[in-house]
Amino acid sequence: MEEISILTAGDSAVTVEFDRKISPEVNQKVTAFAKALAEKKGKGVLELIPTFRSVTVFYDPFRISYGKLCELLQGIIENLEVTGEQKKRIFYIPVCYEESYAPDMHTVMEHTGLSRQSIIELHSGRDYLIYMLGFLPGFPYLGGMDERLATPRLSTPRTRIEAGSVGIGGSQTGIYPLDSPGGWQLIGKTPVRLYDQRREDPILYRAGDYIRFVPVKEKEYQEIDMHCRAGNYHCQIAES
Amino acid sequence: MGGIKIRNGGALTTIQDQGRYGAQEAGFGPSGVMDRRAFRIANALLGNKETEAMLEATLLGPEIEFTETDCFVLTGADMGATLDGVPVAGYRVFTAQKGSILKLGFAKEGVRGYIAFAGGLKVPEIMGSKSTSLKVKLGGMEGRKLEAGDEIPFLNPVAKLRHLERRSISHSAESRKEWKIRVVLGLQKDYFTDEGIEAFFSTPYTILPESDRMGYRLEGIPVTCKETVDIISDATVPGAIQIPASGKPIILMADRQTTGGYAKLGAVITADLSVLAQAAPGNKLLFEQVSVEEAQKVLKTERDELKKLERRMNRWL
Repeated sequence: MEEISILTAGDSAVTVEFDRKISPEVNQKVTAFAKALAEKKGKGVLELIPTFRSVTVFYDPFRISYGKLCELLQGIIENLEVTGEQKKRIFYIPVCYEESYAPDMHTVMEHTGLSRQSIIELHSGRDYLIYMLGFLPGFPYLGGMDERLATPRLSTPRTRIEAGSVGIGGSQTGIYPLDSPGGWQLIGKTPVRLYDQRREDPILYRAGDYIRFVPVKEKEYQEIDMHCRAGNYHCQIAES
Repeated sequence: MGGIKIRNGGALTTIQDQGRYGAQEAGFGPSGVMDRRAFRIANALLGNKETEAMLEATLLGPEIEFTETDCFVLTGADMGATLDGVPVAGYRVFTAQKGSILKLGFAKEGVRGYIAFAGGLKVPEIMGSKSTSLKVKLGGMEGRKLEAGDEIPFLNPVAKLRHLERRSISHSAESRKEWKIRVVLGLQKDYFTDEGIEAFFSTPYTILPESDRMGYRLEGIPVTCKETVDIISDATVPGAIQIPASGKPIILMADRQTTGGYAKLGAVITADLSVLAQAAPGNKLLFEQVSVEEAQKVLKTERDELKKLERRMNRWL
């Protein structure tokens, strides 16, 4: 097993870091670790945030000391058993990549040296695993983007990005489920409401599901948008 | 049942409690009060349970009418409050009669003022909390700031609290332009140069106007990184100090996002987040490095003092 580190995250949390790369194998360890630790909740462990390749553990320092917590985590790390694969559920998300929905397309074109059409084909031509939800309710962190599309984040984040915007941040891609500040390069937009309080399950998908982007023209975008507004659009889902 | 009626919402007044926990893994940030200490003191003085929701006012306070008699207390920033035209001090419990008007003005010292009511506010709990998340438009008053005409009923109003005259603590609001903030180094600290870290702990940083409940943006000597500040997004914690490529730190506050992709130098200690909550744009911050153990000791001292105050007040209930 490679080096797993326990990083200090202020006075009431630590981050167990399994690796500094994105891979399904690393993420499986994260899931297994979070599951094992969740069973020990109540002994001063309050809440977990599992991510691509780490688990941040919030604890109550009055109930478990920093030293004791690290011992507990070390023990779980040493006895970690990685479980098998999950079944695949794919959400088809329509995205309009046209000019008015893609303010940073030119930056990505310049940085990658790719044409607009190549960027669209590379971005929409595959299934992305949802490694984690975070940053905002329902914000899906997707793994598996074609490396040729990698573009650094904005050096100063925007103060407002509209819900539905699809972006690239470093070697990752994702969608903003709500209006929010953010630093990703925006290359398209979906009319689908990823987070909707009106739905029984306000978040459309879960970590472990897959997303596939489907390019649509502006006209189709607007039609879908109208249905979403009325609350009668149903995302196409495939299971395998 | 009556309660309060907002006549003027002020700049940004929201309903907040300790925050919404348990769904951070789905991306729901906790929100909650910015100045946790002022929040706890307010509830202690009123004999409320320590998690009871209250109003958090920002820079310019609200004007409210009591539609039912209840005891209340003001903590946090001094907003020059008056009750029916008569000045009311902070950190001291008063009774407001039905029909009374409580008016808060501009913050003279500090940024965030708390208005708490004996017996609490009747606001639906969403995922275990009454806190307003402005970003998600969730909780509190329809997920938004309070506006003229809003009415919030009381939960269990108390017209007469026992030993009312003794329900106060001495509190002198600090008139500061410079604040010492303690930080535990950690997380991605190895992403930054020694010079960058040195600058962070030895030179002042100014709070920029575009700071809010989500994060404080700072101006100062850039905290330089070795190669990149882009990380594979991981979880954030309250007070986390993110450094984007510009090298200008952003401190994550109550409305923080749960994960982020900028490298983090460390985190402000929990006790000093309450201090930071009262620091205004234009103020300067001086950072001091402490260990986890020291940070927890400070937190314990604060907790012991709060517990002592709670016990003293509860004796009189």
